[in-house]
Amino acid sequence: MSENFNTEIISPEKVLLRDKTESVTIPSFEGEMTILANHISLITFLRPGIIEINGSKKVKYFIEDGTVEFSNNNLVILSSTIIETINLTKDKIDKIIEESKSFLNRDTLDDKKRYILSHKIDCLQRIN
Amino acid sequence: MPSLDDLRKRIASVKSTQKITKAMKMVAAAKLRKAQEMAEKGRPFSDKMDVIIQNLSKAINDPLNAPRLLVGTGEDKVHLCIVMTADRGLCGGFNTNIVKQAKNYFNKILKGSKTLKIITVGTKGLDQLKRDYGKYIIKKINFKDKKKLSFKDAETIGNEIVKLFKNKEFDKCIIFFNKFKNVMTQVPQTQQVIPAKKEEQSEQEEHTSYEFEPEEDEILEDLLPKNISTQIYKGFLENSASEQGSRMTAMDNATRNAGDLVEKLTINYNRSRQAAITKELIEIISGAESL
Repeated sequence: MSENFNTEIISPEKVLLRDKTESVTIPSFEGEMTILANHISLITFLRPGIIEINGSKKVKYFIEDGTVEFSNNNLVILSSTIIETINLTKDKIDKIIEESKSFLNRDTLDDKKRYILSHKIDCLQRIN
Repeated sequence: MPSLDDLRKRIASVKSTQKITKAMKMVAAAKLRKAQEMAEKGRPFSDKMDVIIQNLSKAINDPLNAPRLLVGTGEDKVHLCIVMTADRGLCGGFNTNIVKQAKNYFNKILKGSKTLKIITVGTKGLDQLKRDYGKYIIKKINFKDKKKLSFKDAETIGNEIVKLFKNKEFDKCIIFFNKFKNVMTQVPQTQQVIPAKKEEQSEQEEHTSYEFEPEEDEILEDLLPKNISTQIYKGFLENSASEQGSRMTAMDNATRNAGDLVEKLTINYNRSRQAAITKELIEIISGAESL
């Protein structure tokens, strides 16, 4: 039996999830990472991607941005843009992809935003 | 002494006012429950955000290179005050309390010969401030036509503030709002959002050293603008709960007062009616006697 740790996902409106989890995979800005119990204390922020929660049940969330803090076996994910993937219909995904693509075509974007957007599109297409 | 007819009219008018205040109280009570729930649900987010930022700022060793949003411009000349009030009145001292607190602060700044800039959110605050401080107001925002405020709305204001800060329009940013304590009490709050760093905290507190990915300042760069929006959103939520609570209390009082008034008027009315009857009787009797 592996160790568990507390995970909280919080949006400005409410606490989305509070659970004991075995592992959580997050799309950190510099690459995907999986957090297990007793991970070193960590603060990082997220790029668009999928959060996989492996706790009392398995849940997946699509996230556009957010901040993650892990300390003393407490994981906190703060995000204002988070959707459970089950709630994402094909139409919605198509719409977001469409929007992001039109953003991507603008010249004013800097590299960082470009990087974030292309990830967003990538990730959404994978869900599709 | 008002005539019977006058009294009857007054009683009717007070009664109809009572009906209105009673209805408003009910509506406020229903809205309050929702607003309170939202405010309570929103608290963890802003609290956690605060904790993360404080942890990050502890980790920064070189204050000279730290992001400006965290440590400030190093000057203290121009203050930007964001006064958050309601769009509607009839809610007791709710708006007045915020404005009063803000005015105290304004006077302190102006006395120290610093520059003052004001952004008002909500029309009621604007109404109360524009007479004395009209020339300092640089922007007016209201959400009169919106039913529910979302995080997006807070974000627009937040981004605006960050833009102003990047253009070096101000050194310090302070927000004023009412914190919801319970239905009876709302506490006007003054909160500094820029610079985000708190003045000396208890240093004894053992803090864990964090691993940062990417570097601290890069995270901060991303997080601080979000923090401002978060704080403003928190202000929104607390404010809307406070507004409804305050309105409920005010309307409850008004209803009760109207009830007292009706009672008093009714006694008055009955007395004068009785007096008129007695007078008529005396007239009849004395008329009969004289025959």
